[in-house]
Parts: sequence; structure tokens; C-alpha cells
Amino acid sequence: MTDAMNVDSLYQEIILDHYKRPHGAGLREPFEAEVHHVNPTCGDEITLRVHLDGNTVSDVSYAAQGCSISQASTSVLNDLIVGKNVEEGMAILDEFNTLMHGKGKIEPDEDVLEDGIAFAGVAQFPGRIKCALLGWMAWKDAVSQALVTTSSTTGDPK
Amino acid sequence: MTVVEGTQTFDVARIREDFPILGRRLAGDFPLVYLDSANTSQKPVQVIDAIDDHYRQHNANVARAMHQLGAEASAAFELGRDKVAAFIGAPRRDEVVFAKNASEALNLVARVLGDSGRIGQDHEIVITEMEHHSNIVPWQQLSQRTGASLRWFGVTDEGRLDLDGIDELITEQTAVVSVTWVSNMLGTINPLETIIAKAHSVGALVVVDASQAVPQLPVDVAALGADFVAFTGHKMVGPTGIGVLWGRYDLLAELPPFLGGGEMIETVTMAQSTYAPPPARFEAGTPPIAQSVGLGAAVDYLSAIGMDNIAAHEQAITAYALGALQEIDGLRIVGPKEAVDRGGAISFTLGDIHPHDVSQLLDSRGVAVRAGHHCAKPAHQRFGVQSTTRASFYLYTTTAEIDLLVEALHYTKKYFGG
Repeated sequence: MTDAMNVDSLYQEIILDHYKRPHGAGLREPFEAEVHHVNPTCGDEITLRVHLDGNTVSDVSYAAQGCSISQASTSVLNDLIVGKNVEEGMAILDEFNTLMHGKGKIEPDEDVLEDGIAFAGVAQFPGRIKCALLGWMAWKDAVSQALVTTSSTTGDPK
Repeated sequence: MTVVEGTQTFDVARIREDFPILGRRLAGDFPLVYLDSANTSQKPVQVIDAIDDHYRQHNANVARAMHQLGAEASAAFELGRDKVAAFIGAPRRDEVVFAKNASEALNLVARVLGDSGRIGQDHEIVITEMEHHSNIVPWQQLSQRTGASLRWFGVTDEGRLDLDGIDELITEQTAVVSVTWVSNMLGTINPLETIIAKAHSVGALVVVDASQAVPQLPVDVAALGADFVAFTGHKMVGPTGIGVLWGRYDLLAELPPFLGGGEMIETVTMAQSTYAPPPARFEAGTPPIAQSVGLGAAVDYLSAIGMDNIAAHEQAITAYALGALQEIDGLRIVGPKEAVDRGGAISFTLGDIHPHDVSQLLDSRGVAVRAGHHCAKPAHQRFGVQSTTRASFYLYTTTAEIDLLVEALHYTKKYFGG
């Protein structure tokens, strides 16, 4: 228990680096969808925009107020998702989500999650899982809305 | 009983022996430093044993069971009410209504005041910017149901209620004023006397959220002069699952029921019902029986130590903590910075380290605090912060624990490179 609860397993160097220098922070244009998500237990907030270029996620921009875990995980999200297509992005989200709910028993796939594997320790701290997922859930919501917006503006029959 | 009766001086070490959980060691073999009592207090063995004994020896439902155990359980449940009434100086025992917590007690008042027709669209409801959400949301809901306007006192930079506009705020239109006695976030103790006098001079009712007051201050509801006072058992060394609404009997007697169900009726036909007198009218269903027993033991415990002594200890610990915390570079206290008219909860920010990260690091050293908005988002917005870290103290808190908090905060700063 002592090892598992070691705070250093939570605050990996990679996480602290992303926290101090978040990648892709700030709100940018153009974008097809903007969402605002909050973590009601702590009040952390994120405004997140998605810009799609066809089926490619060409930008994820964000302004967030939150703890190191939520800030760093959104920074990692930006690294992982931008440039991928929507299906690939959703698959990475699934991988990250599974890792978060794996109670520390899942070996993360570094090929898929890259810096995201540093969040494996978060799964040991149930109170912080929501922090790590805040940006990801916002992204999922935004990309779903963006797909609706782009399909309706291009007149795609449903 | 292994208490403290007749104790002249306040012996924290002796008191701590009554709280088994305070002897716990946490991950990394750190001793528990419990600084989250404004969230919930720990329980002395006297309370734990009273609940244990009730379930082992006297458990039955109350009021309706005609057997011996039923009589014992009913007597034990009602004895809890007697003890609470005496503890808060209630003129009558049937002015003490049991709810599940302070939130429910406040919702009860807001609901039945609306249902009574006392509050309409020409009226105003006055609250304050420093309220806990449980003393904001029920009044917003009442405002939506009735069309009454919601207004509020602002808060000064120091964290005190801004009473400058009291004459414009509390007027002939005001139907009810609901205010916290002690802020759960800022720690401020509010000048209730002034507010109650003003409210009554215009015929408004006064509801007091005493959730943080009853645990740490001597309370006499008759002397206070408010119309309703709400608080909760678990913050005053009692169990969870029981809250209290004290109300003036003449008011309770004319107000309609809250929830409908068993125990709150006089008679029921398929077409209609008539209702029991207070407090049963407001206590539908099986009440918190073992919790009443536990709360009775809790007020016995607090009374034996003496609420004056507890208040003095709280004051001394708070003063010590305010001094020690303010010596930390980059630590900003949100709320009054001196231990004057101030309760034992201190909220603060530490540089730009997020409160979640602060509390996580403190927890890794065994120091339990609360981080977040403490169910007081408007009060945080008032001070331009999204969240804070809060340390809160009680009768068992020691200066050594404050020193460990300070040490852990220095460690946290270093950890995040501050």
C-alpha cells in the first residue's frame, strides 16, 4: 500500500513538465465546436475548441483552470490527438480511459499513449481520475459536436 | 464514562485519547493529522459506544412498536431530542425537528415557508455572498417557485459581511433573511444581533445556518432571537445522518408539513389527511433513531468539556495557525487574518500551486485538509479564486499538528519548485 500510495508515482516528472509548460494551450480560431466542462467536486474548468479539417483533428485549443493533473493531461491530449483522424483520436481516448479506470493493474501501451503512460499512477488515486479525464471528456464532447456541425454545413445526408 | 467531568483546564492530550481514529497511522507511517473538522468531525468513543450499545441492546422502530424494545428505542430517540434542546437552550423540546442533515433542515424551512403562502412575488429573500451552497440553492428554488426576488449581502475585502447597505437590503418587502453564523470557508463569525434586529424591525423572519457555529460556540437559541436555526450532528462529534432544525414553536405550529408519510399524520383517509403537531409533522418516515442516540451522547460529551472551553481552545488554535501560516512565503489567507470574530476554518492559496496538488502532497504526509470550493463557489468568486485549500480545527487539534501542517506546506512548495 505504501508504494502504491507514493505521491511520486502520481507526480511523474513528465506530468510536472507538461503542467509547467502545457502544449497547445490557449484558445485559437478557426474551430467548429467549443465546449465548457467543469469538475463539480473541485470546480476545475476547461473551455476547449476543436477544429476539424475534413476528418482530421487539425487543432485542439483550450483554456483551463485546474490542478497539475488536469492541466498536464490536456497538454498530453493535444500532443496525441492533433493531426490524427477522428477515429484514431477516439481510439486513443478509449485507451487512456481504460488506463484511468484500470486501478493500476493495466500496463499502458507506450506506442499509443506516449507521454500519457505517465498517468498510470493516477489510477491509484481514485479522487484524481476525474482530474485526468477532464480535458479528454471535453474533447470527446467537442469533437462529437464538431462532427454534427461540419456534416450539416456540408449538407451531408444522414 | 471515562470523561473529563469537572475538568478545570482544557487537556487536549486527554481529549485526544477519547478519539480512537486520532491514533491512526497512514501510508508511509505518518501519524494522522486531521485538519478537516469543518467538513466532518471525528467521533469520541463515548459516541461510538452509545450507538453500538443502542444497536446491540435496544434496537427497534420508534413510536409504533408496542413491545419492550420499541418502548426503549422510543425513549432513547426522544432523550436525544431532550439533550439537543437543552444543549442549544431551546425553550421547548418540541421545537427540535430532526432532519437528515443541515441541508435538509434548510430545505425544509424554505419549502414550508413557500407552501404556507407567506412568501409571494412581491417579497424579497435576503441571503449573503458567503453562504454554503445549502443556504443558497434552496432560496433560489423558493424564489423560482414563488416569484420572490433574491438579494444578498456582499462581503468586504477582509472577509466580513458588508453591512453598509443593510437599510436598503432589508426592507418592508423582505420576507425572510437567511444567513450563516460562522462561514465554513472564510471562518468569519457574523454579527447576527444586528441582522436579526433589523430583520425583525421590518417583520421578516430570520433563518440561521449554524452548521459551523453549534460545534464550536456556546449557543442559546432563545437568547439569539432568530426564528429558525439549522445545524448538523456530524460536525459536532455526533454521527452522520442527523441534522437539526430548531424553530419557534408558534411558527412551526402554523407551518404546513414538509414530506408526507408515516409518523407525520394525525389521521389519514383515502381522500385527505390531517397532520401531527410539531416536531412529528416535519419528520415523515422512520427517523434517525440510532443517530439521535449518538447525537445525545455527543452533546453530553461536549457539555462535559464545556462549550466555553471548546470555544476558547478553537480561538487559541486558530490564532496560532493564522500566525504560523502567514509566515509562509506566498501563502495568502482568504478571510479574516486575525482571530477576532473568527471560527476555526482557514482557507488559503499557496502561490500558484493548485489546491488539489497542495492537498495531495499534504495527504502524502498524513495531513488531511480539504481542497476545492468547499460548497461556497460565490465566496470564492468574490475573492477571485477558483478554489482554496482549507485547514479546520476542533477541540482535539494541537499546536503540534499546526506545526506539521506548516512543515508539510514547505515540503509542498519545494516539491512544485516554489
